[in-house]
Amino acid sequence: MSDHEYTPKSKAGKWFNDRLPLLTLGAHLTDYPTPKNLNYWWTFGGILTFCLLTQIITGIVLAMHYVAHADLAFASVEHIMRDVNYGWLIRYIHSNGASMFFLAVYIHIFRSLFYGSYKSPREVIWIIGLLIYLLMMAAAFMGYVLPWGQMSFWGATVITNLFSAIPLVGESITTWLWGAYSVDNPTLNRFFSLHYLIPFLILGLVVLHIWALHVPGNNNPVGIDIKKPSKDTVPFHPYITIKDTFALLMFMIIFAGFVFFSPNVLGHSDNYIPANPLVTPAHIVPEWYLLPFYAILRSVPDKLGGVILMFGAIFILFVLPWLDTSKVRSAVFRPIYRQFYWIFVLDVLMLGYMGAMPAEGIYLVLARVGTIYYFAHFIIVMPVVGLLEKTDPIPMSISEPVLSGGADPALARKDNEKI
Amino acid sequence: MKRSNIKSLLFIATLLLAFTAKLHSAGGEAEPLKVDWSFKGITGKFDRASLQRGFQVYKEVCSSCHSMQYLSYRNLGEPGGPEFSEQEVKAIAASVEIVDGPDEQGEMFTRPGRPADKFKSPYSNVKASIAANGGAYPPDMSVLVKARPGGSNYIYSVLMGYEDPPEGVSLDDGVYYNKYMIGNKIKMASPLTEDIVEYSDGTQATVDQMSRDVTTFLTWAAEPELEERHSTGVKVIIYLILLTTLVYLSMKKIWSRVDTEV
Repeated sequence: MSDHEYTPKSKAGKWFNDRLPLLTLGAHLTDYPTPKNLNYWWTFGGILTFCLLTQIITGIVLAMHYVAHADLAFASVEHIMRDVNYGWLIRYIHSNGASMFFLAVYIHIFRSLFYGSYKSPREVIWIIGLLIYLLMMAAAFMGYVLPWGQMSFWGATVITNLFSAIPLVGESITTWLWGAYSVDNPTLNRFFSLHYLIPFLILGLVVLHIWALHVPGNNNPVGIDIKKPSKDTVPFHPYITIKDTFALLMFMIIFAGFVFFSPNVLGHSDNYIPANPLVTPAHIVPEWYLLPFYAILRSVPDKLGGVILMFGAIFILFVLPWLDTSKVRSAVFRPIYRQFYWIFVLDVLMLGYMGAMPAEGIYLVLARVGTIYYFAHFIIVMPVVGLLEKTDPIPMSISEPVLSGGADPALARKDNEKI
Repeated sequence: MKRSNIKSLLFIATLLLAFTAKLHSAGGEAEPLKVDWSFKGITGKFDRASLQRGFQVYKEVCSSCHSMQYLSYRNLGEPGGPEFSEQEVKAIAASVEIVDGPDEQGEMFTRPGRPADKFKSPYSNVKASIAANGGAYPPDMSVLVKARPGGSNYIYSVLMGYEDPPEGVSLDDGVYYNKYMIGNKIKMASPLTEDIVEYSDGTQATVDQMSRDVTTFLTWAAEPELEERHSTGVKVIIYLILLTTLVYLSMKKIWSRVDTEV
């Protein structure tokens, strides 16, 4: 946080700012001292904000033409695609936007994992981020149900049935969720209602996420605490704004590539078949971004156990700041953890692949191995490696990251004073 | 970890995935034929003459069982489609009888179709279509191409894939063998035979030609926005690349004030 007091220049500005300090907030956001060594993995926060706003704006327009009724939903989507001006563009942006949103959020999360951004004093930022991620999954799942195609219907059936695994009250809870005795029109109606609500909850959490970020300030690739403002920081505007804009435009090129040239490649062709409760698709698969969790769910032979592990796979992330025992944030200086980090990345990718395959034979075996490793990474690797690992020397400041002949804190401090 | 170690790990993982993917795809049906469609690629457009011939095949053959309920006759004259003239669209629409009403007396009546009407379905409801087709539902063709893995290639392949069943495969009455159909069994008899339609432009109506034409038509029916999508996409991406370049240069200029590379 910058300490300086902001005073508006104009009299009217001063009058308003005394009553609601919006101009002070603006000045804070503009001057916000940001580490100057942030790499491009740090641009995904801005990209995610763009994704959220894109989804909200396209979603509001789609809702003007969509009909949330089991008999009409599929036809109303075709109406959007064929008869609404640029309806095809708006819908393809929205449907591919969900995938791009998850692509960006996974990069954002894995960046945090690599550079230790979840560690003290940023635990609350991390936890709010996970809540956003949970809501994103809920919103995406319900959104996928709305076109009322075969995958919509059967995906909704599989996921809502998970709750029936809860002992004693499971069946009643499932019926309550459905609003009927199976996935039916009432289910579609409430999913539409909630799908419209959740993005605004996410928006609120995003404000808290950024607020919590602005208390300690950004982590950085070196992972050390820095003095703010100092030689190590740049004002958010124009340095970070222009860099985020550049990264966002690169991201938009990929986004546009999907929207205009392969808009259905990330979806499932079965979802262009209208929902039919009497015909089960050969393979029911969720969207790609949920596949690792789907693989974990199916790797357990017991239904309740699978559900517990699947939710556990997400909830274990909430206690990650306390499972990681290392004082060093950035994996750049953690030679052992760094190897486990990449193995973990491969493990999640493999789980994703297994989630898309039928749960049988070699796939099931690999999914089980992957599931065990997923949890072992958090429960065993993170605490143990943090305690045993000999970390590399850490620089004293961003301006002096490389010290010849290893770290000599006294030398580093001396160099620092020269600047 | 050294970079080379990560790379070799990734490589091994890729190999493993490729291997399991290969195992998975070993089903009974043959890989669909690959056609070099004119609408493929980022600048792909439909072959207008093929779309018009394809509509003829749909109208004279497919439409006796398959509905296409999300299309309107007016779509046939719109840019990016078969682009029939206004008179032709009116004539095509007028050739069907549409049930309308109720009128002032509360009676339903029939009238000739208008361009604004949706394509008339061959059956009054899905159950009627199943009953008339030996228990199999002839799927609505509006988005059929998007509803099948393999899309246009798959549809074309199924039309071309009728043959005598291999030895040891026994088929029930009303079930046919098809090389490319998922599961190899299909309840639709081979719909196309040489010269089943007579093309007005003089094109020889071979099974292959008709399959190509009707697949092109069905692809347009599923994605009527395809041409506009492609041409808009090219413009959008060129615009984004130019803007990205400008922003990149601005970024370099701004960051030249500090000693950090961007």
